[in-house]
Amino acid sequence: MPAGTPAGTATPVLTWCNAVSGCVSGAEQARDRTAVDCSRMTSSAIVASGLKKAYGDKIVLDGIDLDVRAGTVFSLLGPNGAGKTTTVNVLTTLVSADSGTVRVAGHDIRSETKQVRAAIGVTGQFASVDELLSGEENLQLMADLHRLRGSAGKQVVRQLLRRFDLEQSAGKLASTYSGGMRRKLDLAMTLVGKPRIIFLDEPTTGLDPRSRRTMWTIVRELVADGMTIFLTTQYLEEADQLADRVAVLDQGRLVAEGTPDQLKRQVPGGHIRFRFADAPQLAAATRVLSGSTPDPDSLVLRVPSDGGVKSVRAALDRLDEYSVDVEEFTVHMPDLDDVFLALTGHSSTAEVSK
Amino acid sequence: MTNDSAIMLRRNFKHTVRNPVTLFNAILLPVVMMLMFVYVFGDAFSVGGAYVDYATPGMLMMTLAYGLSATAVSVNSDMTKGIINRFKVMDVSRGAVLTGHVVSTVVRTIVALTVITGVAFLMGFSPSASFPQWLALIGVLLLTSIAVAWLTVALGLAAKSAESAGFTTVPLIMLPFFSSAIVPADKMGPGVREFAEYQPFTPIIESVRGFFNGTPSTGHTIAAIAWSVGIAVVGYLWARKKFTKRA
Repeated sequence: MPAGTPAGTATPVLTWCNAVSGCVSGAEQARDRTAVDCSRMTSSAIVASGLKKAYGDKIVLDGIDLDVRAGTVFSLLGPNGAGKTTTVNVLTTLVSADSGTVRVAGHDIRSETKQVRAAIGVTGQFASVDELLSGEENLQLMADLHRLRGSAGKQVVRQLLRRFDLEQSAGKLASTYSGGMRRKLDLAMTLVGKPRIIFLDEPTTGLDPRSRRTMWTIVRELVADGMTIFLTTQYLEEADQLADRVAVLDQGRLVAEGTPDQLKRQVPGGHIRFRFADAPQLAAATRVLSGSTPDPDSLVLRVPSDGGVKSVRAALDRLDEYSVDVEEFTVHMPDLDDVFLALTGHSSTAEVSK
Repeated sequence: MTNDSAIMLRRNFKHTVRNPVTLFNAILLPVVMMLMFVYVFGDAFSVGGAYVDYATPGMLMMTLAYGLSATAVSVNSDMTKGIINRFKVMDVSRGAVLTGHVVSTVVRTIVALTVITGVAFLMGFSPSASFPQWLALIGVLLLTSIAVAWLTVALGLAAKSAESAGFTTVPLIMLPFFSSAIVPADKMGPGVREFAEYQPFTPIIESVRGFFNGTPSTGHTIAAIAWSVGIAVVGYLWARKKFTKRA
């Protein structure tokens, strides 16, 4: 939160109001109520409703509703071909939807395209850097197009090169960059225009684990700076790591939305695994804990649980009561892969590998 | 708008200078062709007069066509490699992106034409054009290069991939061979002769040749201008349509 905002009323909300669409006039009339109105109306960075898009017979988006809060990371999760890139293209004014409405940064994407474009930055699935220009020249090109003249432009370029650790390669052609460096340059180019909302379309697809982590750190820093991030990914871990809210997209439809934890809770599959020293102990435990599934070969008992402290303690207490000794136990929370399977009836990876 | 065009133009210039293949195709290859035709084949063709004087206008036309594949590839890469999306989100106009390509192509062509003309003079080229005739033939060549640049931009936009984009300009490179560039059309076999007489490059070459010889041919010049304007308009409209569809 920005420092120096007056304490008392819902200041963070009000701050965002001013930043996003400036509904200050209302604030003069009734401060408190305006704060509430604003939070309802404008603290959303992106609001989409009923988005539909078809290419010929193929329905790509089939009624998408989204509400992305300002200053958060929203992740659209789905396998290849789910419609992630089409969604990004629609939200970023690159493609027009067949029906539905979208407001980005408080502006309608159809009637106020220019204002929308001024507020957003897009880093696509395929790094859109100019390969025949050096890293520095790529950034300078962006600065020129943003009309950052002379030393102001040069300063922005220098800062971004430093921030993204590209100073060493600043003079080399982008075609010689590694995948990770290219993505960093791509994102740096997007940041030249100081966008408030950044769309990252599969920013880590094809990157090695280390570069992926670097990218994650960068995304976290951007959010800390107050930016809103709309991220698409097919990596469940990535959404789990970065996103405040996740929407699961499958064949053009949102099949679930919530915080990563909420999504996990929607899904059965959380359980405690107890391992025992011998078969009699396992048999005893099976009798004591209702609903459990024993695996005699590995001497493991699987007990459904929400993974919370209470249910774990209850199970342990009960085993203790009947003097059953537990060798070891582990708590399993469902990961987003389980979520996908439960929500769509098919695994996310099956689709990817086809 | 114009500012964006200038920025795009600067970008395209950097591309041209950094891509040795482009420069080779646009400048060195025509020089090699020129040397080959004049020194190797020239004596075998009887065109009445020095062959270098006959061949130079045709060689200029070939030079005009040789650099085009690079433009088609470069336009196509902008579309297929995603940078166009970045420009579009930044509100860079369609006009700026395409104009950047056309202007950089024309400038590169002018450089190549100047080099070829210089080489021609070194080889004994002795035109009898007056100063106004020089201006007129420069005008015809400039108009032609603008026309084929727009057509090439459209071809680049229409192609599916960068590789096929490079190929789409091959007909433009081949056309001068089936014109009066190397030998007079009336010396060709039936069929080819008619084609050579009626294809656009022949009146353009004949117009330029007329000015160089100091004997301007009004008919050819009018035909050359008409063809160029026609090609430019078709190329421009086609490019606009394809750009809207793709980007």
